[in-house]
Amino acid sequence: MTIQAPAGRPAAPTPGHATPLPLRREGPAKLTGQALYTDDLVFPGAWYGATIRSTVPHARLLAIELDPAFDWGRVAVVTADDIAGRNVVASIAEDQPILVPVGGEIRHQAEPVVLLAAADRDTLREARRLVSLRTEPLPPVFDPLASTVVFAHHALVKGDVEAALAADGVVVVEATYRVGHQEQLYIENNAMIAIPRGDGGMTVHGSLQCPFYVHRALRTGLGLDDAHAQVVQAETGGGFGGKEEYPSMIALHAALLARRTGRPVRMIYDRHEDLAATTKRHPAVIRHRTGVRRDGTIVAQDIELVLDGGAYTTLTPVVLSRATIHAGGPYDVPNVRIRSRAVATNTPPNGAFRGFGAPQAEFAAEMQVGRCAEAIGMSPLEIRRRNAYRAAGVTPTGQVLHDDAAALEVLERAAEASEFDWVRARTAAERAGRGPRARTARGIGLALGWHGAGFTGSGEAKMGSVASIELTGDGRIRILTASTEMGQGTKTIFPQLVAAELGVDPDDVEMAPQDTSLVPDSGPTVASRTAMVVGGLLVHAARRLKADVEGRTGRPFELSWRDDARDHGPTRIDERFSPYPGRSFDDATYSGDAYPAFGWAAAVAEVEVDLDTAEVTVLSVVAVDDVGRAIHPVLCEGQVEGGTLQAVGYATIEEIKLVDGRYLNDRLQTYLIPTSLDAPRIETILVEAPFEDAPHGAKGVGELPMDVGAPAVVAAIHDATGAWIDDLPASPERIIAALAGIAPPGPPGMSTVSAP
Amino acid sequence: MTYRLVVNGEPAEVGVPGMRRLLDVLREDLGLTGTKEGCGEGECGACTVLVDGEVVVSCLVPVCQVDGSVVRTVEGLAVAGGSALAPLQAAFLEAGGAQCGICTPGMLMAADAFLAAGAEPTDDAIRGAIAGNLCRCTGYTKIVDAIRLAAERRQAGAGAA
Repeated sequence: MTIQAPAGRPAAPTPGHATPLPLRREGPAKLTGQALYTDDLVFPGAWYGATIRSTVPHARLLAIELDPAFDWGRVAVVTADDIAGRNVVASIAEDQPILVPVGGEIRHQAEPVVLLAAADRDTLREARRLVSLRTEPLPPVFDPLASTVVFAHHALVKGDVEAALAADGVVVVEATYRVGHQEQLYIENNAMIAIPRGDGGMTVHGSLQCPFYVHRALRTGLGLDDAHAQVVQAETGGGFGGKEEYPSMIALHAALLARRTGRPVRMIYDRHEDLAATTKRHPAVIRHRTGVRRDGTIVAQDIELVLDGGAYTTLTPVVLSRATIHAGGPYDVPNVRIRSRAVATNTPPNGAFRGFGAPQAEFAAEMQVGRCAEAIGMSPLEIRRRNAYRAAGVTPTGQVLHDDAAALEVLERAAEASEFDWVRARTAAERAGRGPRARTARGIGLALGWHGAGFTGSGEAKMGSVASIELTGDGRIRILTASTEMGQGTKTIFPQLVAAELGVDPDDVEMAPQDTSLVPDSGPTVASRTAMVVGGLLVHAARRLKADVEGRTGRPFELSWRDDARDHGPTRIDERFSPYPGRSFDDATYSGDAYPAFGWAAAVAEVEVDLDTAEVTVLSVVAVDDVGRAIHPVLCEGQVEGGTLQAVGYATIEEIKLVDGRYLNDRLQTYLIPTSLDAPRIETILVEAPFEDAPHGAKGVGELPMDVGAPAVVAAIHDATGAWIDDLPASPERIIAALAGIAPPGPPGMSTVSAP
Repeated sequence: MTYRLVVNGEPAEVGVPGMRRLLDVLREDLGLTGTKEGCGEGECGACTVLVDGEVVVSCLVPVCQVDGSVVRTVEGLAVAGGSALAPLQAAFLEAGGAQCGICTPGMLMAADAFLAAGAEPTDDAIRGAIAGNLCRCTGYTKIVDAIRLAAERRQAGAGAA
């Protein structure tokens, strides 16, 4: 691992860089088996809950039938009629019911209809088989291009695309790209336990990213006030976006059953249910028409992007927003038109997954840049050099980039560390000299990307997140935020940042549990915003606390905080987000600063393709990521490595196949993710081009590596074989089809219809 | 039916149906929740434990098959009466081999068996040893680093002794 200050910029000290770096705060508990995940929590007398789901993609629910031969007195049964609050899972739009009511519309396979709970698993298993749903089928829609139900749409226009494409000397390159679903595949399945309280309230412990999302859902669905709904995060075994929204649904289900039974109810999904019912990365269809001059200048991009949102709105409008803004890639192009829409199909709703629309959009953008380079006979590195954003570049929303626009820096580091030109010359020579007996082919591929840090547009300003630090009366320093730890390192970097400001040891700084009754709403743990936004609030709060204490004691904080607590009692600082100076976004015109800052990433992949089976081995990836500031380089690298492998999986093997709107490979035996033997050697280079308006310079790292891995791998497959693979994943079937010049297997992400 | 096991050095006796999964016996009957369930079909390796020194996925093993066996779980790794991390655990902590931690118990048991076998800790050998344990957080890089670090320290320790 290397951390490099960008060229031409002095290496500033990194706030929070302690020597040695603190070790993962909750690491010992995880390494000894003492860490308590949801399914590890014991609540005496708890019942087990289960969800009865639809098995048809689109229908009217006529009746719920319980087998009269069974003793239903042993089982709690909850339907939509039992919902005390409003029958909606609170989100952006309120279109998704907690349970489909009789007479209501079933919009996808796996839609929840009935809840059951029983004292033991055997009874529950038996009861599940004895509930049947009577439905009247309605015609399903599976093709997003044919869907007329539009969740959201955008049009971004800069310059005059048609005139630029028609100009003399402009080569026009056209292609359509399709990407399918991707499952987050956290190794801990979704899990919630609801405990009814004596005062009519409800406490939920669970595996989740966003405590206050679940809190709001409970208030809405159960008709509770703030104080009577409580959400506590248990240790969480991975999220990657997959525990951003669906936990609200599961918490509501567990809570409805808990209210009915008067007992704690455990709603622990098994892998099959988690795969079959919870959200995936959105499939997308992306059409590009690009004008490029012979000197490598890209003069026009005409892009049409369609996201398949599935059956309900969920977070789709925000995913679309990010996809739209990132659709052109990190290139300064004078004439741009991006038209996008997100539509409904009768498939389970798609939602958040690391990258949030950007990986789909940037896969297409990067493949298209590669095609343009080939069309004019230029190297993929050189065309990116010529067009990549620089400081003062203007994005399609009119955002003027600042000095931290590090596209060229990450590009050059990646090219240098991978010896891109040299290796590419070698693979070209191998390709030219390849005889018919060759059994394998090697290739190298490059991708460049950008990722807006934090919420899109006015999201942060509207959210107004709060993070707090408390100096308790007994002299403890305590951080209070709703930011969850799910492996990325929140519990380690927050104390590290605060300790560095206060001049104390990180071990002197405690983290309050992520319990909505204790911590302020610091927003969801999503959008790579935790280090940048919430971490930044904590740095400000720490500075205020330090000033307060030193003002009272007249001595340095690190020598006086315990005395101050004893003499003056507790001090609490609540720091609320206020917009970064000079950055604003206008929702009405969809223009302005779409993000406070962008992170920049480049990846170079080397692959070997088996020419008989078209199986791809990803040999190595060099990943270069500009994160603003690497607060904790070891944890930061861990984010890059993990995101890179998820991108490799997205590129090569991860695909969901559907029939009649149902996922066919809804088990871990059939939905494959990379093992240690599939994983390439990953070399990480962290670049620090600080975000000047964050007190610590951090821009976030979680999603950035996810944007560039897949196009780098698929570009390497092209380098090895000469074939352009336009659909993800680049499976052996698709590679063979491309090599043979025949039609590829059906579009990824789109359901087929079974024969009648 | 009563089954007798030795779990992390302690004798244990459970009266359960013979087809009950070893995973459930550990987690629910013996309260050892360190061993995790990720898929219930032997694909992910989160429930990996050692039975008589062999790496097994405890979700696929009925308790009747391991009657009289010696079982080791993540709770049995720590040293000094459970008060200090074993060198393997310490290496994971230092190298950043644990992120969300849900695959970690199984990963540690697979790694512990690899270390015990004394094979040369090459990259390929380590990757082969943990090929049955899925991790979605790390890209495996720092897990491989951690196991190599632990193996090298073990060899250095053995050389010095």
